[in-house]
This record gives sequence, C-alpha cells and structure tokens, in this order.
Amino acid sequence: MTHRLDTGGRLIDRSQTISFEFNGSTLSGHPGDTLASALLANGKKMVGRSFKYHRPRGIVASGAEEPNALMGLGAGKSFEPNQRATTTELFDGLRATSQNHWPSLEFDVGAINAAVASVAPVLSAGFYYKTFMFPRAAWKHVYEPFIRQAAGLGKAPKEGDEASYEHFHVHTDVLVIGGGMAGIAAARAAASSGARVMLVEQTANWGGRALADDLRIDGLGGPDWVAREIATLEAMPNVSLRTRCMGAGMYDHGYAILYERVSDHAPAPGVPRHRLWRVRAEQIIVASGAIERPLTFAMNDVPGVMLASAVRDYVELYGVLPGKSAVVAANNDDAYRTALSLHRAGVEVKAVIDTRREAIGTLADQVRGLGIPVREQSGIAMVKGKTEVEGAEVGQLSGSGQITGPVETFVCDVVAMSGGWSPVVHLYSHCGGKLRWDDEQAMFRPAPERAAPLGQTGEINTRCAGAANGELQAEHCLADALAAGAAAARAAGFTADAPEMHADAVDEAPINAHWFTPSTGKYAHGTKHWVDFQNDVTAADVRLAAREGYESVEHTKRYTTLGMATDQGKLSNINGLALLAEQLGKAIPEVGTTTFRPPYTPISMGAITGRNVGPLFKPVRKTRMQGRHAENGADFEPVGDWYRPYCFRRPGEDREKAVTREILNTRERVGLLDASTLGKIAVKGPDAGTFLDLIYTNMMSSLKPGRCRYGLMCTENGFLFDDGVVVKTGEDSYLLHTTSGGADRVHAHLEEWLQTEWWDMKVYVTNVTDQWAQVAVAGPKARAVIEGAGVAADISAEALPFMSYIETEIAGCPVRLYRISFSGELSYEIATPANYGPALWDALLAAGEAHGIMPYGTEALHVMRAEKGFIMIGDETDGTVTPHDLGLSWAVSKKKTDFIGKRAMARPDLVRTDRKQLVGLMTEEAGEVLPDGAHAVEAMTAPPVRTIGHVTSTYFSPTLGRSIAMALIEGGAGRMGEVLSFPLEGDRMVKATICDPVFLDKEGARQNV
Amino acid sequence: MSEPVTVLNGAVAHEGLSVRIEDLGPVGQITLRGDLAAPDLQGVVYEIAGVGVPAPLSAAFDGTRGALWMSPDELLILTAYDAAGPAIARIGEALAGTHHMAEDVSDARTLVRITGAGAQELMAKGAPLDVSDAAFPVGTMRRTHFAEIAVGIWRRDDMTWEMMCLQSFGQHLFDWLAASSLEGARVNYF
Repeated sequence: MTHRLDTGGRLIDRSQTISFEFNGSTLSGHPGDTLASALLANGKKMVGRSFKYHRPRGIVASGAEEPNALMGLGAGKSFEPNQRATTTELFDGLRATSQNHWPSLEFDVGAINAAVASVAPVLSAGFYYKTFMFPRAAWKHVYEPFIRQAAGLGKAPKEGDEASYEHFHVHTDVLVIGGGMAGIAAARAAASSGARVMLVEQTANWGGRALADDLRIDGLGGPDWVAREIATLEAMPNVSLRTRCMGAGMYDHGYAILYERVSDHAPAPGVPRHRLWRVRAEQIIVASGAIERPLTFAMNDVPGVMLASAVRDYVELYGVLPGKSAVVAANNDDAYRTALSLHRAGVEVKAVIDTRREAIGTLADQVRGLGIPVREQSGIAMVKGKTEVEGAEVGQLSGSGQITGPVETFVCDVVAMSGGWSPVVHLYSHCGGKLRWDDEQAMFRPAPERAAPLGQTGEINTRCAGAANGELQAEHCLADALAAGAAAARAAGFTADAPEMHADAVDEAPINAHWFTPSTGKYAHGTKHWVDFQNDVTAADVRLAAREGYESVEHTKRYTTLGMATDQGKLSNINGLALLAEQLGKAIPEVGTTTFRPPYTPISMGAITGRNVGPLFKPVRKTRMQGRHAENGADFEPVGDWYRPYCFRRPGEDREKAVTREILNTRERVGLLDASTLGKIAVKGPDAGTFLDLIYTNMMSSLKPGRCRYGLMCTENGFLFDDGVVVKTGEDSYLLHTTSGGADRVHAHLEEWLQTEWWDMKVYVTNVTDQWAQVAVAGPKARAVIEGAGVAADISAEALPFMSYIETEIAGCPVRLYRISFSGELSYEIATPANYGPALWDALLAAGEAHGIMPYGTEALHVMRAEKGFIMIGDETDGTVTPHDLGLSWAVSKKKTDFIGKRAMARPDLVRTDRKQLVGLMTEEAGEVLPDGAHAVEAMTAPPVRTIGHVTSTYFSPTLGRSIAMALIEGGAGRMGEVLSFPLEGDRMVKATICDPVFLDKEGARQNV
Repeated sequence: MSEPVTVLNGAVAHEGLSVRIEDLGPVGQITLRGDLAAPDLQGVVYEIAGVGVPAPLSAAFDGTRGALWMSPDELLILTAYDAAGPAIARIGEALAGTHHMAEDVSDARTLVRITGAGAQELMAKGAPLDVSDAAFPVGTMRRTHFAEIAVGIWRRDDMTWEMMCLQSFGQHLFDWLAASSLEGARVNYF
C-alpha cells in the first residue's frame, strides 16, 4: 500500500484491513474506502480501457460522475457490469474485474484502433454511420462480430440475479435530496417548522464537500459542523435521514424516486440489495451539489489526469496519494485548494497552470506563499506518458488562443485539472425546471423565473439549494440553503423558525471560461483532446459534427455519442456544447443543453422490479380447485389473469391426444369442468328488470324466478362485447354470468351507466365472481353423477328442465344448480361458496368414477362449443361485430323501445346485407384444419388479392371425425354451399365449403334429456 | 356436511419475519349497499355488527364483528362465518320495502392479519398510501392497490393491521407479504 499516507483519511478505519480481488489478484484496503480509493492506494492507476479506441484509462473522479473506472462486480448470480469504482464501497471479499479489454487489461487487441486512429481517425464522429456501411454484408459477418468481441461496455450477466429488491412508499412534507452542507442546512431550516422532513444522501457519508474543502462554519471545521448538525437532525422526531440513498428521478407534483443501496457494501442473505423509494412530497429541495469539469487539453485522458476535487478527496478522505508529484491545471480559484491539500500531504506540487491572465485570489496567494510556481495565462499543451502520466508540457496562451513561445516541461505523475463547476441540475430539470446561463460563473443554473416545477396547486414545489442552485461559495451556499428550507416549510403550510448559520467567506477571484487548451504539432486539431472519456469523443469530433451541419445539441449528441452511455455526459456535456457553440459561432445559451432524463445515474433493474419477480412476477388468479388440477396433470394456459387447465394430460399423451380423449369422454360418458372463472355479478333492486332490459339486447324483465336466459351485451355502437346466462334469483334480483375475462369490464360498465346516466334507478350491483366456485358436469351421465354425489333435490328432467335453476345441497355443500349447456350435452353448472369448492369437486369426481368421469380443460370446452356453433367473445367478436352479424338476431329484441346499441344498429352500415357474417366451413379434405385467421378469397387474381373474410375458430372435431371452422365472410348468410379458397403459406391453397355453423345436433336433442 | 376451507387454510408465517402473518380463516362477510344515513340501516348494522356505521375511510369493530366503510353507499359487514346467512335474512326484514342490497360474500375474499414491529412498514412496501401514524391512525380503512392487486387495509391497533383481497389472489398476497417482511429487510422508517 505504497500510496497510502501514514495519517489522515477522514472516512477510513485504519484499525482494520480488508482484502478484495481485482482482475484475479488480491489487494487490501480499509473499511470506508471506495473501490477507487483502494485501487489508487494499491498503485493501480490504469483501471480500464476506453470504449472505441481501447485507450488506457484511469480514475478521473471521486463520485457519481466517474466515466472511466467501470467494473464488473461479483460473479455468477451476483455479477453486475458497469459499476463505478468511485461509488462502490469496499468490503471484505469484493471481486472486481476491469472492462473493455481483450485479452487482458495490459495487452489489448482493440488498442490497435488507437494506433490506426492516430494516422486516420477511422472512428471519428458518426463512425457507426460512415465506416461500417459497405459492403453491406460485412456488417453482419465481419464488423459486428469483431466489435462485439473486442469492445463493448461491460458484459451482460449470464445468470439470474440472486439478490432481492423492494419498493417503499413514503409521503412527506419536505424531501431534501443531497446531504452536503446545503442539504443539511435546508433540512434544519425546514425541520425547525415541525414539518416532516426526509433528508437523503447518495454516498455513505454526510457532508459532501464540507468534509474535504477546509471550510469553517459557525466556528467549526467542516467535518465537526457536519457531525453536530446531523446529530441535531437525528434527535428530531419529525426528521428521517438516510444515506446510500440517491435521488434518481423527479416527476410531476412532487413524486420522486430514490435509489437506496441497502447492502451493496455488506451483502447478506435476506437483506435486500437495493430499495426503490417512491416518495410523494409536498415540497422538494434539490441540494445535489455541483460537478467539476475537466479541462480539454491534449492527452487529457492519460491515467493520472484527474479532477482537482477528486485528487483532494483521495488525500483528505481516504489518505491516498494519487502520485508523488503533481501539476495543477485550472481556470478558477477552487483548484488551488487541491494544491494546498497536496502540499500538506507531502506531494511535490510542481506548478499551478492557470488559464487566467492573473491569479489574484487569496487561495492563489497562499499557494505562492508555499513557494509553488503559478503560471498565469498558461495551459497544458500536452500530457506526456501512455499508461500513466509522466509529465506535462506547459506553454503560454496567446490572445488568439494559441500556445506561443517555448514549452516548459514539468515531470510529474499526477495532473489535477479544474475547468470550473457545473451545478447538478439534473433532478430539477427532470420535472420541468428551466435553466439559464450564468456568464460570470460559466455555468447553467436553475432559473425558476423561466419555469419552476409546480405542485398540484399550481405553486412552486421544487427548489434548488446551495451549489445545485449555482451558489458555489460556502457562505452563499449556506444562506441560500437556509432560505430554501424555510421557503419549502412555509409552502408546505408550516411556520419556519430557521436557525442561523454562517460560513467564513473566502475571497475568490472569478473563473475564466476556457473550453479548449490548444496544442502544437500533430495534436493541434484536437484529435487527442478528450471531451467525453466514456465514449471516446474528442474536441475534433465535436467540431467535425458542427462542420458537417449538426447544429442541434441533441443531434450532435447522437451523431458523436457525446454524453451517451452510463455516465450520460456528467463530465462532458458542458464542455461539449461549449465547443459546439464556439464552432457554430453561437453563444452557449443559444445552443442549450441536452435533455436531462431520469435516472440521475443508472439504477438496477432489480430495484425497478422490486419484489415482483419469480413466482410473484405477476399476480395470478387461482381457482379453489387449482391444486387439484395440478395434481391431475393439468397443462395450464393463461386466461385473463387466471391460469386454467388447457387439458389434463395422462402419461404418454400430448395435448392433442388429451383433448380428443376429453371431448369423446364428455360426449359419450361425462366430463367435469372447473368453470369458477366465469364472471358473476349480482344485481338487485326494484328497477333491476328495467336496467337489464337496457343493458342486454334481449328482454330480461320477463324472466321468471328460477329461470335462466342467454343474453348479449353491446356497446353504444351496437357491437357485441360480452355474453352469458342471466339467472333470475329472486323477486327483484338477478345473477349475471359474464365471460371469464370480462367480469371486471362488465361490472365497471354497469356501474358507469348506473352512476352517470341512470342514477335515478334503484339498482345495486356487486361483483361476486370470487364468492363462488363453479363446476360444469356435462355428458349423457351428468344427471346420474350428480344424483350419485347426493343431491338434496329432485333434478329430473321434469323437476329441473333446461334453462332453470334451484338452490340445494350436494354432498353437504350448499349449491346453486343451473341446468345450462355450453357443450350441447345434458349439462349442469353447479356453484358453491368458494370455501366448499374443493369438497364439491372431490365429491363429483368420486361419484362420477363409476360413470367414467374425467375432468376436461378449456380446449375441449372450445371445441365442443364450436361443434355446436356457439360463439366465443374475442374469437367470433373483435369489437366490430354485431349480434346480427353472428346470426343472433333472435337474441335482439324488436319489442323493446331501447337498449344500449339499439340506435346504432339502425345505421346504414350496420344493416348492410354484405356485412361480414358468421358461417361454418368444411374443408374439402376432412383432415385439413384451416389456420386460425386464414383469409378467404373468392378467386385468386393478380395482386392485390381481395379477401372477403377470415377464419375465427378452427378445430379438428373428434366427435365428427373431421375439421370444422367458423368464419366471418362478406354476405356469408347468403352464400351457403359456396366454395371459398384460402391461400396459405408456401403457395398452398385450401378450399372449404360454407355451411351452417351448427355442426352437431342442430335440434338440441342431446341436451334435452 | 362438508366444512368450509379457506384458500390459505389457516396458514401462518412468522419464522424469520418481522411480523406474524395469519389467515383469518372463514369470516362472515356481507356487502351491504344502501343509504348509510338511514336510521333503519344504521340500526340493523348495529344489531348484527355491534357497531355504528363507520365514518368514511374507517372501520369499526366489536371484537371479531365489525363494519368497514367501502364507498359512500357500501359497507362490508364482518361476522362469524355461520352468522352471515341469518344476518342477511335479518337485514332483509329490517329493511323490507327499502331499496338496498345485502349480498353474502363470505367466500369471496381472503382476510389476513399482520402483527408485529414490521407491520406498518410492510404496508408501505406494497401500498402507495400514506400509512404513517398521522395519516393512518388506528381505525382507518383504505382500499388501494398493493403488490399489483386490489386490497383493503385497516388498522386494528398500533402493530396490528388487517388486509383483504379477492380469494383468487389470496395466495399471491400471502406469499408477497411473507417474502417482503424478512427481518433483514427492516426499513426502520416509521
């Protein structure tokens, strides 16, 4: 650990040493380290290779903005790519592998791109669009396989994630995002009012820059002040504090998504890895700080070139020396703090290179006082070194922006750069906050006067505070945050009594907006001036894009890939658009920023999904007999939210054989169907009959108690949308059966008409679908089975005729017994309160054993109803089909003065005789089953061939020993006996004859026994 | 006579959890729709549930009997399982001639009780509601969505919450609650 200082490092616990693995070798660090600080402490400067050119890259930053140090973490079921080393807390046993190299970090084939690129920039702006276009086939067979092997940003995990994740919903008065100086002050101000306050911080530590920047607040050093204030907040019952919790996204009306990394730093079984907080806040304060910008000079990507603030963080927070001798490059005063920090830590600071004409601030004076040379109006012409920094060539900047005069070389192994600071305006922008360009500070900052995020009352509900609001100086930052906290509390309806806080002012000289440091010789054109490290975009690329006509910053982003991928340009955006503006001859605010979209940094897919994985992925409705079915070999299929048995397979059977057996057994003996999913809606009230007459196309008010009637429901457009049997259960009460998937839709339909149109009707409805388990017993032996199971009533043909119903008991289960049939057989539907469902099922199976009973599934149900020509909602209907189209005119009342859809059915388009109408089809070859949806033509012509309809249901009927189908055909009712052609795939043509859609027992003799 | 068996069949989950989750078993449940302000209705509710008509968004209990406010014209009455039938008959008598609906839904829903230190935060893991003490005091009843299904949640005491969902989702709810309440998944927010 040669790079660890003997003392210092505010965040690390030196009393313990932990070990971790990097690219297979074992290294050590301390609790409190990040993976990045531990790698630096171990002398690992090069930690990855770049995306396009595979250039050696090192750690640049110390936080969320890191573009280079992306790692694959973990292995197998815990492997995750593209994790930033700077935000990864070190723990004992951590495993990390660097990315974007093949075969190894030190020797990489892809680096040849870089060698070629130094001659001709083959991967320059728009390289995807230009380079790999020709020959066309080469992309698939040559370029893409090579690129995939040699490059890519991390590797996709191969195994399922073993970790668990969850969501958490919170409502609060004030949410403060960011636990630095501003966030803490804002939270204190808001909390003083008694408002519920939630303060969150993305890292594991409170304080932000107050931990590293040598500030004095209220007479205390930064870290002591932070500790005192956090202790105060912790003691307040109305305040909730959470670290490792990042503001990820902000949405309308105070809805925010936070991303808590619960156990990334201490993985343990049973502990969620991440937690997604879904917060609804009356008021939000964004105190997300600012991010330092790199300077754009030649070879600014060599490992060892780092942000000045990051260098300072590694020294102050982790006791890590990024190098032994340093050059600091700056265009502002803040970078001088790094020179001071390095000097204190014993690093030889060779010089501070300042682009400004004069360096006159207090901090510059302090640096000079230590004997460190300050080069004014100077820039780094080029960094020397390949896999790590070996020195910096420095030259004088001319008024025209060129390097003039002799170049001075400083030997060093670290270059600390600072191009100024950009407020983190991402979250503010997510929810509609607008920005303005501050020329003096060279930054985009929130501009609530242009547009601020609003709450549901139309008042401002989101404020930025501190550095995020463009207030970079500690004393202004603090005052701004206190004001924001108090304003938020007031806006939330509280009276704030904000505490007083003062930070000592430091006299800082203004920044000098400086976007490009010129070079000399072959690098003069910016081909080695990296703007976007993660995507290998250079200043030359941005300029080329502008010259090629890309004026919009959004287009330039896509064309050059500037600001794309996992870091979304946190370091590159402002530098890139400033260069674009310069090339276009426009002002920066004219060019504007790209759009900030959630999440702020990538969040895990697991956190988004939460608990809804594996068996909990999607709620599945189960009937009470589901367990029985599973034991009985059921092969399930989804039906709406339900899982229903498609068929019950016996050993050696495929689906087709099982379905055939179930149908024949039901037709010849008796079958048992779980019909619990059928929708059931109770309707009651003095106006129930009137109501149902309006809801259904046919008459329901004339139904006698104890009787059943099949009915159709249409939309106001006259199109059929649900069907089922209506039962009159009492003097003013009915039970409506709906399709399995349709119960909720029909229930909502009934409530809507009752609540919005017919509010004066005395009718109540209740969805009772889940109250009942329902079983259909169908087949010649159905009555015998029910009698055998012990029914407490006479169910003879005389006592319980077709389409009637009784309440009784079977095998001790209270039941409603309906004599209705969807199969054409003698059939009963038996409903019992759900808690008796399994008992009833068992009793019927046992009683049916002697009669050869077998359960059947949905496919047998479908085939048997098709044999009878019964329609299925969703097969024969598609929202454009009327009852008349389906030959169901008998179920549309001519007597009733009105019902939903009646008016529409009189429209010319709905009475055309050439509408598509339901017909039966019999193929010429009895064994040929038409494909579902096959189109019919009258004759084949030259394209385009006009089709006259399509197949809606098609099966092989075991009962009839041949294929059957139903179809909707233009003027079908008048085409009986016509032969239609169905052109199929592979130039096949199948011919079928139009027939009556009732294929079996048209007179209904089988069910009337 | 067959015995009624609920979906969860009396299941209990508590090992390794920050809560105890238990099936309430068969419970008499009656959907009562009508004019909640009518004295006759209020009288019969008191008679069969032992409580007055609860205020909007609240629930009232007399031991295991009680009434939940479901909507401006709907209550859910809870009774013993066997008492539901006679209670409906009694409502019919008491409200004869008055438009109302009393429907036996004793088998339609699964009811579970969640007790323990982690109960409140378990509610917040699944429901978008504010379940803080201030917004959800004892006696509150809310219908909301939870774990992607429709539920009712009411708070019996500080650490006791009860929930209901359609019985066809009962197993899903129970499994989701158990998976989300491991001791290691405490949030410690409230």
